[in-house]
Amino acid sequence: MEYVDPLTGFRVDGRRPNEMRQLKGEVGVVARADGSALFEMGNTRVIAAVYGPREVNSPTLISAVQNKGQQVNSKEALVRCEYRMAEFSTGDRRRKPKGDRRSTEISLVIRQTMEASILTDLMPRSQIDIFVQVLQADGGTRSACINAATLALANAGIPMRDIVTSCSAGYLCSTPLLDLNYLEDSAGGPDVTVGILAKMDKVTLLQMDAKLPMDTFENVMGLAIEGCKAIATYIRESRKINGLNMLKIADPSVHVTHRVRLAGWMDGFQCSGQEI
Amino acid sequence: MENLRWRPTVNERDFIERALQSDLRVDGRHSFDFRKLKITFGREDGSSEVQLGETHVLSYVTAQLVQPYRDRPNEGTLAIFTEFSPMADPAFEPGRPGESAIELGRVIDRGLRESRAVDMESLCVVAGKHVWSVRVDLHILDNGGNLIDAANIAALAALSTFRRPECTVGGDDGQQVIVHDPEVRDPLPLTIHHMPIAVTFAYFGEGNIVVVDPTYKEEAIMGGRMTATINSNGDICSIQKAGGEGVMSSVVMQCLRIASVKAADITSKIRKAVDSYTTEKALKKVKRLPVLLPQKINVTDVTMEDKDGAELEMETLKTPDDVQQISKDMASTGKASSHEDAQPMLTESSNAEVKGTSSSGAAGESEEAQEIGSPKSLKDAIKPKHKRKKKSVKR
Repeated sequence: MEYVDPLTGFRVDGRRPNEMRQLKGEVGVVARADGSALFEMGNTRVIAAVYGPREVNSPTLISAVQNKGQQVNSKEALVRCEYRMAEFSTGDRRRKPKGDRRSTEISLVIRQTMEASILTDLMPRSQIDIFVQVLQADGGTRSACINAATLALANAGIPMRDIVTSCSAGYLCSTPLLDLNYLEDSAGGPDVTVGILAKMDKVTLLQMDAKLPMDTFENVMGLAIEGCKAIATYIRESRKINGLNMLKIADPSVHVTHRVRLAGWMDGFQCSGQEI
Repeated sequence: MENLRWRPTVNERDFIERALQSDLRVDGRHSFDFRKLKITFGREDGSSEVQLGETHVLSYVTAQLVQPYRDRPNEGTLAIFTEFSPMADPAFEPGRPGESAIELGRVIDRGLRESRAVDMESLCVVAGKHVWSVRVDLHILDNGGNLIDAANIAALAALSTFRRPECTVGGDDGQQVIVHDPEVRDPLPLTIHHMPIAVTFAYFGEGNIVVVDPTYKEEAIMGGRMTATINSNGDICSIQKAGGEGVMSSVVMQCLRIASVKAADITSKIRKAVDSYTTEKALKKVKRLPVLLPQKINVTDVTMEDKDGAELEMETLKTPDDVQQISKDMASTGKASSHEDAQPMLTESSNAEVKGTSSSGAAGESEEAQEIGSPKSLKDAIKPKHKRKKKSVKR
């Protein structure tokens, strides 16, 4: 199957090889949570909710140490993450049990990626819970989850070193392709997912499957990093318009209210909370 | 509720980090050195045991005929199962696999299955109905750090020596599958296109210090880790860097280059171990007849002067019991004829006993002694062949 049209150079959905899907980020979608976000990358929709920092409760502690082998340090906050795919998220409606191996691995990956950025030593003896749910899966769910988690953490006011953005890239028909959708992902070619700390320009998440020669891999990874930087720019620009400084150490008792609606191609970026 | 996982003390953490800053590792290795690797195989085909330093992993491969997946009707399946035995580490709990067990299973699974290392289409017997499902079980026996690399090597070694039974399609409708017993038809090896080797890197100090093959203590202290699965052709089969310390992309590329060098080295080690095991197994199959070997008789330097129980010069032999028995019998009978009769029986019995002992040196000596000093009667008695030869000469 021609994933890249040889004449026009378009992909199956009409994008160019180095073009990303349309991004959309919305904050404050789960009223009950301390922070929440809805992130869309094309047809992939993911919702993230953050609870914390709050007091550690013993069942969490026990399960974190036993099942996940996490080091419980009284000087640092405990970060928990759970990744779930809704049954209706994929083409065939099937009930995936909660503890299936892929979900466990992705939960571990997201947790460790966010841990690299959260300033955990500022919140000792507390826990931060990140819940990520995939509503629509069309490839790149891992990346969308990390982006959504970043927005939710910022919405919750949790202090972070830097924003973490993630994007995937692949290699089909001898062309590096940015931001694969489900069709391109299931083609059996390599799939590289990269997560970076935007300002520090450091790679924190890197996953790859299927074979790739080393120089091709370098190109594909470079393309994915460019994609991550583009997402970081998008997030920052929306934030700048909203006037929320994400790298400020937030006082959890203070919530900021902004209600801004952006016209044009960028759909709303709403930030809601309790009014002071 | 106590924390079961071993936590490093402040002093240990400080010491290891400071040593790494001066490019020294606690066990004396260089930054990019692997620990000593030892691969041994079990009695059956498809079982291997790998020791990488203190890490000890056992791997076992089995196969079964199953129905294939609907979207891949002409391919077999490969599944990796891991078991983190609690004897390996007090932090491992029995029962359901924890996160690290699942991560290890998935990393090795990605490296082997998605990179097409094992040929799946050759495992198909009847498309859409019967395919071979290969199952690799990895048991962690001792956690000395860097489980992923050790488990990967164990899985590869086991897959290389695994033999699946041969089966033919026959029967009335041509759809029945007959699985042949390994005694009837030789079992077949799996087709392995390339060997993806996992190389794990540990990052310390904000991603500036990189070491290969971390030990248990280094793992407890590290900031982040990355596992790169590379084969000897330079193809990257899989990469797993699940969060942790951020590193520059140039450091990532440098690590990949180091990994490809290490992968070539480990591939040759695995191949050597597998080849020596395969040749040893093949030699065992060749049956050798014990008669063709020189007879090992442990009666040496026996000088018989008289019919009556002569003094016997005995050399110290490896089986003194046999010698004493012979001397006793010789002394008790005291007749040449009886000697003749007694001797062959004794020698035969001693032969049977001596066959077990590998004293080829003694055998050589005994033959010489017999030829040199013994009288004709004894010589004839000990070596029935001579008697036969005489008969033929007479005729």
